[in-house]
Amino acid sequence: MTTRWTQKDLLGLRELPAEEINFVLETADAFKQVGTREIKKVPALRGKTLMNFFVEPSTRTRTSFELAALRLSADVINISATTSSLTKGETLKDTARNLEALHADILVLRHSSAGAPQFLANRLKASVINAGDGAHEHPTQALLDLYTIRERRGKIAGLRVAIVGDILFSRVARSNIFGLLKLGAHVTLVGPSTLVPREFEKLGVEISHKIDDVLPKADVVNLLRIQHERQRREYFPGIGEYIRLFGLTKERAKLLKPDCLIMHPGPINRGVEIDSAVADGLQSVILDQVTNGLAVRMAVLYLCGGISA
Amino acid sequence: MSTTTIRNGRVVDPANKRDEIADLYIVDQRIAQKSDIRDQKSDIEEIDAKGLIVAPGLIDMHVHLREPGFSHKETIESGARAAAAGGFTTIVCMPNTSPVPDNASTIAWIRDRASAIARVNVLPTGAISKGLAGEELAPIGSLAQAGIVAITDDGHCIQNHEVMRRAVEYARMVGVPVLDHCQDYNLVGNGVVHEGYWSTLLGLPGWPAAGEEAIVMRNILLAELCNHPIHCQHISTAGSVRLLREARSRGVKISGEVCPHHIALTDEAVQNFDTNHKVNPPLRSQTDVDALLEGVADGTISILCSDHAPHADFEKEVEFDVAPFGIIGLETELALFIDLLVHKHAKIDIVRLIEMYTVEPARLLKLDAGTLSPGSRADVTLIDPALTWTVNVDEFQSASRNSPFDGWKLKGRAVRTIVGGTTVWKL
Repeated sequence: MTTRWTQKDLLGLRELPAEEINFVLETADAFKQVGTREIKKVPALRGKTLMNFFVEPSTRTRTSFELAALRLSADVINISATTSSLTKGETLKDTARNLEALHADILVLRHSSAGAPQFLANRLKASVINAGDGAHEHPTQALLDLYTIRERRGKIAGLRVAIVGDILFSRVARSNIFGLLKLGAHVTLVGPSTLVPREFEKLGVEISHKIDDVLPKADVVNLLRIQHERQRREYFPGIGEYIRLFGLTKERAKLLKPDCLIMHPGPINRGVEIDSAVADGLQSVILDQVTNGLAVRMAVLYLCGGISA
Repeated sequence: MSTTTIRNGRVVDPANKRDEIADLYIVDQRIAQKSDIRDQKSDIEEIDAKGLIVAPGLIDMHVHLREPGFSHKETIESGARAAAAGGFTTIVCMPNTSPVPDNASTIAWIRDRASAIARVNVLPTGAISKGLAGEELAPIGSLAQAGIVAITDDGHCIQNHEVMRRAVEYARMVGVPVLDHCQDYNLVGNGVVHEGYWSTLLGLPGWPAAGEEAIVMRNILLAELCNHPIHCQHISTAGSVRLLREARSRGVKISGEVCPHHIALTDEAVQNFDTNHKVNPPLRSQTDVDALLEGVADGTISILCSDHAPHADFEKEVEFDVAPFGIIGLETELALFIDLLVHKHAKIDIVRLIEMYTVEPARLLKLDAGTLSPGSRADVTLIDPALTWTVNVDEFQSASRNSPFDGWKLKGRAVRTIVGGTTVWKL
């Protein structure tokens, strides 16, 4: 491979060149294969220490990173908000410096504040991997989404991808938009006008508030979790109306092309953004995403861990 | 008797429509005429001002000195030192301290402290509402008797239009102008950056322009209703400029000020999540910057100021959305405005710039300052409009370092600051 990896950190896809996005995906191919072997462990990060630092609750992303690191033979420590000293009034900077004093090589950070991973990356020698920061980016989620699309459809360029739901507050949406556009996909954002900022049109995406117009043309539909309970204000009238206007119901799923992929970053709200039967249907690749997430995160840890060495 | 002669400078005194190469005389802390010093022999100081502008001492009417209550950020002493280094002889300090100056004794404390320790004139403002809570009026009459020059809840904004209306009516009786930080709390919510392209890309909560404009409009209506001056602080949006322009053309007693960061920077600067670009109101779009420049050019915006807002490094060096708003400005504002307004964009000349820093705030606040008329207090700023220098925060007199302009190369700077005839700072 001629492309080289140049990043100490993985903070987002907005500033990651297309060549390096592709390089992660290619590297993940090799690691995916490792997962099918009897012995699933490789020594790539033996002797390295990875800190999973989650200042916001998460089970699946933390577990995925942990397993990825273990399969690369790294030593892993998990620190969550409840066990960290952040609640005692220590600043993020001080906490991170303490972690570095323990000679962590890689810091995987989940944080409720946009920009927190960049804040740490600017100050630490360790590699910082963004595992989701506020409504900003969730780059490994987008990389595993890209990987899954590429695996199933053989390409990304030219595909029509619809991202449906709460775009405004979604870091998954942002990282997907940046990554998909760089790799040449057509992106359409679908959702209530209050949750789909028109500013995204300046990046070259389309915006629609009529899901029935979008579904028949889509090659991929990526549904975001609707978190009505988390909204600070009333951005939409309620779950019932959301399902009526934007839910991927069984009836709506009939509008899809037979080879259209249905994706969801999880955890899914069955019966809200997606009908239960559709989530389990033949077009759903939701569990492939989980499997691929492991390979993609192994690739990211391997590449960034190699840089920091 | 002490005498100072400032020789061969370009004396710019907008209050007297004076702009000429001349000598300026100071006798016993007051501006004098040549005839006044004929027979003075002792304590004669000569200052060579060739190539320099000799201006009335500059006034910054929007400064946070943090004392009482937050002396780890700044003190009256260090803030006044920073003002002197920036070319300011008079600063007006905002009331978001602890305790809040919503009572005469806190005003008295600030004035006592300033007269004991500050090297420039420090003029306090009083709170509009008790505790800056926006609900009950502070004792504005008592505050006026204690020596405030204006009332404001700066940093906060009275949301209840009825409370604001009564405050303006009451201030009219007392004879103090009302300064307002324009922010509609419902529209702004938890916004931390300008709502637009960059807030969308970065996933940071947006602070929409309408959140400022709604209150500017409210203030125009109340200034008209009460026939009393309301001054809109740190105006940042094109819509605010448009509203002010229209209202001022009708003679409404409304005015606005602009800070250098709102014309030096746009919201694009927040993309690195550097909290030294987190200000309130936020850095806006290029369209807004262009409108602010036009507003300065046509007189819609009449006053220049810094909104000097010191914060300790440990307070600013945190996650973007939890960091406090604000940056320091006293030691960079004059240079930035000369560089941007006079040199780079050529929107106004240096005479108008000096007028916006002297005559305009003095008129609004009814200060006996801002002029070189014989007999007036000898507050003088010497400016080298062509001096090129590089900002270095480590050289600042302020107790804080939260400036986004570190390393900027600027053209124009105050080189000597004279308060009451005494040089309090010299480059």
